Amino acid sequence: MSIQEQAQKLLDVTDLTIDYEAANGTVHAVKNVSFTLHRGEILGIAGESGCGKSTLAYGIARLLRPPAQVAGGQVLYYPRKDRQDAYYSAASSLQDVLQEQDSIDILQLSSEQLRAFRWHELSIVFQSAMNALNPVMTIGMQIIDVLQAHLPDKPMRFYKRRAIELLDLVGITADRLNSYPHQLSGGMRQRTVIAIALALRPDLIIMDEPTTALDVVIQREILELISSLCKEFNTALIFITHDLSLLLELSHKIAIMYAGNLVEQATSREMYHHPGHPYSYGLLNAFPTLDGPQLQMVGIPGAPPDLRQVPPGCAFNPRCIMAFDACRRVVPQLRPVSAETSERKVACHLYDPRFSVRGPTTEQIAYCYETLSEGARVE
Amino acid sequence: MRQDVQFSLPDDASEASGSIDAVQQAIQHAPQRAQVLLAGEIVPAAESQAQDLQWRRFSSVFLSNPRVLTGLYIVGFFILIGLFGPFLTHQDPNALSSDMFRAPSPAHWLGTTQRGEDIFSQIAYGARVSLLMSFAAAIGATLIAVVAGLAAGYFGGWIDEVISFLINIFLVLPGMPLAIVIASFAVKGPVTIVLVLLFTSWPWGARVLRAQTLSIRQREFVTSARVIGERPWQVILVEILPNEIALVASSFVSTFVHATLTAVALEFLGLGDMMVASWGTVLHWAQVDSALMANGWWQFVPAGLCVAILCAGLTFINFGIDEIANPALRSERKLRKSKKGIA
Amino acid sequence: MSTSSQLENPDLSQTSEAILEVKHLYKKFVMHRLNPLARTQAVQAVENVSFALYAGRATALVGESGSGKSTIARILARLYEPTEGEVHFHGKPLKKQEGAGSLSTYRRNVQMVFQDPFSSLNPVHNVQHHLSRPLRVNNYVQNAKQETEHILALLRRVSLTPAEQFISKYPHQLSGGQRQRVVIARALATRPEVLLADEPVSMLDVSIRLDILNLLLRLKKEERIAVLFITHDIASARYFAEETLVLYAGQMVEGGPSDVITQQPRHPYTRLLISSAPNPKVLDRVSDGAEEMPARGEIPSLIHPPSGCRFHPRCPHAMPVCKERFPARTILGDNHWIHCHLYGEEAKLPAENLAN
Repeated sequence: MSIQEQAQKLLDVTDLTIDYEAANGTVHAVKNVSFTLHRGEILGIAGESGCGKSTLAYGIARLLRPPAQVAGGQVLYYPRKDRQDAYYSAASSLQDVLQEQDSIDILQLSSEQLRAFRWHELSIVFQSAMNALNPVMTIGMQIIDVLQAHLPDKPMRFYKRRAIELLDLVGITADRLNSYPHQLSGGMRQRTVIAIALALRPDLIIMDEPTTALDVVIQREILELISSLCKEFNTALIFITHDLSLLLELSHKIAIMYAGNLVEQATSREMYHHPGHPYSYGLLNAFPTLDGPQLQMVGIPGAPPDLRQVPPGCAFNPRCIMAFDACRRVVPQLRPVSAETSERKVACHLYDPRFSVRGPTTEQIAYCYETLSEGARVE
Repeated sequence: MRQDVQFSLPDDASEASGSIDAVQQAIQHAPQRAQVLLAGEIVPAAESQAQDLQWRRFSSVFLSNPRVLTGLYIVGFFILIGLFGPFLTHQDPNALSSDMFRAPSPAHWLGTTQRGEDIFSQIAYGARVSLLMSFAAAIGATLIAVVAGLAAGYFGGWIDEVISFLINIFLVLPGMPLAIVIASFAVKGPVTIVLVLLFTSWPWGARVLRAQTLSIRQREFVTSARVIGERPWQVILVEILPNEIALVASSFVSTFVHATLTAVALEFLGLGDMMVASWGTVLHWAQVDSALMANGWWQFVPAGLCVAILCAGLTFINFGIDEIANPALRSERKLRKSKKGIA
Repeated sequence: MSTSSQLENPDLSQTSEAILEVKHLYKKFVMHRLNPLARTQAVQAVENVSFALYAGRATALVGESGSGKSTIARILARLYEPTEGEVHFHGKPLKKQEGAGSLSTYRRNVQMVFQDPFSSLNPVHNVQHHLSRPLRVNNYVQNAKQETEHILALLRRVSLTPAEQFISKYPHQLSGGQRQRVVIARALATRPEVLLADEPVSMLDVSIRLDILNLLLRLKKEERIAVLFITHDIASARYFAEETLVLYAGQMVEGGPSDVITQQPRHPYTRLLISSAPNPKVLDRVSDGAEEMPARGEIPSLIHPPSGCRFHPRCPHAMPVCKERFPARTILGDNHWIHCHLYGEEAKLPAENLAN
């Protein structure tokens, strides 16, 4: 069954804005971000330091602490109404809300509703989560702890059985139930954290750089595990990373963030073959390749901006090879590239019908970046 | 910002025509744009005020904190008393007079002792003695702590074993009884007290500095210094110690407090030189003269208050040092003030 | 000149003498036990590693964590002493106890660039101080004026312009890329012959990595420096270095021209590395030559490493002899060598068949 046939909306983020109150002013960490996620879809969010991707994830999960706060927007979640399995506890507070409407705004949930919501519907795997395992509890106890917190009043054999099931799902043998985290390798600890995230069969998992601290071989294993689990349980996944090449293989859709803005959104195939935004193109071509001809490559000149001093207009304009003066004045809006494909969106003035007949083709962007390489080679 | 070579388009154009197509223009201008972008890192204007990190932090954090200012005023006040106090009073602190055991009066601002000595003079002269003793002890103990802590932390191996062993022994031995024992056997006087204080106060700072040095030693700038060829003493003094200034300052202030209190206690027990007026000896004589039972509050309250207020002032200064070293405490204070925060 | 032709056919023939040569290097870290009666344990970090660095050439050491690559760099920087084996500098072996003179000559000529730009610079000192240290320690300049000129020249060489503005900045005022440039400038202050770069770009943002790598390439060419490039990313090894050496759990398993290693890897571990690396070409379903290796197992403990070839527990082609002894070096032709019993004398199959 393809994604299109199963296309039920799961998450609808509209104009989400998150600010940090710093001593000398407000920093806009996330600016008017909007995207949609369907059931079973894997969305990859890529960006460099300061782009706001982690803040976005925490904002959606309502995990922000002061001085960070949500300054606007809504995050609509469409839960399944027909859940019957034993791992779902029908929290009455949530059910009442659902009787009247199809969706709930995560940002407006009360603390009680939030507690019912978390881990049942949405779970999160943090950056270097494998170091977040409690060193004085066995991993079995940690899984059971989570189960007990969300599904109270069940017998211990229920919890134990579920813990063994979960470890089996992630490829850890049952005898490891009584191991402490320091007795496990990095890869196994990461699998444990993923198992904990799956404990209650959530429909949405957010993973923030889950493989950054792992070696490349283990990383490949973990990515394959994540991919197969999402397929098996039809779980949607928001995968956040700075490594765009991982997302090309793993995710269905990719969103690129720069300095708090979502600058491009496309399927991974489109992103790989036809990146629309000059930044996306630059980012894709900033990775040395394993095969193909060996030529001197040029990254993107300059560096990602400090969020306290974001350039006016399009934040990318000081580094953009194709910038023109509107870019310095007006912030581009995320809009579809063409009328047919509403999935593919770019925030770039080059696609604005007021400025050009049609947006640049990938070859044209490539040509412009080529002038950079030539300039660099002559040096 | 340096001049950006960018072509301009009328941005109120409603329809793009062939002649002002942005994409075409971008392609044409690309080589020039490339030159601009490749010309080097563009330094944002706001950053070019290169301010000294230390001074800016110091003045904005330290001097603007009300507690720290209070502490500075208090300690400053006592230093002034120590420097100029004796000029305010025209009386020799040890001079006996016929006004014995009088309450405070215009002639004797803080009253007199049983033997007619002017208490205000004793406090004023005593400030000098007490402050000097505590200062000497604190400086000496901090120096020893710095040398021991940094050496133990940096060199490791047997140097660390020996120094840690010494630190542990001195920490385990109860300080006050040890001080009393030593002072009672040696020649009584300020010098002995200073030496005793040195002996018993250095381990605390040394332990903390050793831990901090161990942690800084792992940082790559220390490894870089070694690879460049810096000798160990250069690495310690130039690279590691400047990062620990806040800790050293804080340790100095704490030792100052500890030294003041211990010196006063030792003198109170009669282990100081009874002929030299200092705050502790004032209290000692007050006790010997049973001032409490005779309701002679002026004999012990002023001296006690001086000690207490001085130590409080020093502790306030320490709070400020903590805030410099740990920026998180600063923002906590600000947040408490602002009362904002929505998750 | 174009970099492409140089990388396609790197001239690895040893016409010039090696500047720094490592011969049969072993390193064990002894672990201290609280119980004096228990047997002492040691981390066998490096086992029998040999290679050489030549002027104007970059050699990449590729491996995952625990491969020993950083340990080797630190031995070459003389931060550790080897347990066994020798390091030769211009043909002369380095001795444990050396006169201050020859040690400082070595330090002047062998410098290191570290991974973390945020902790490689001392936060309390400004750029001027950082760049002046190597000059002062090595008595490189006579007076303050010369020193400042030298520092400004260094900043311009690493493209931190206008240099006058950067000289008084503190690390917290610089971005990650700028800090790394300062670190590189510091390493170049005494015009070293060898640069040890330990993962110089892994902690930088993706879009600026190439900038720093290109800077290092340019400096390598202009100053004829021998560069040891340590990385876990085999693709950047291919981009940057002429020669690539693959390490696994402290042992060298394969080495040769970078293109050959990445296009025609022979050792099962090298092939595992390459097939595990993220490769978007999968989207096109283009076969990439290297056979897909099933990812299996974990990096072994170095305290009780597997005997013989340390990869044998994970190797799909393991044979009984792999457990008994570490394979000798087999030359596969054209400076491409391998340590694998599949290609040694015991090989039952000719080498070509295994490529299929």
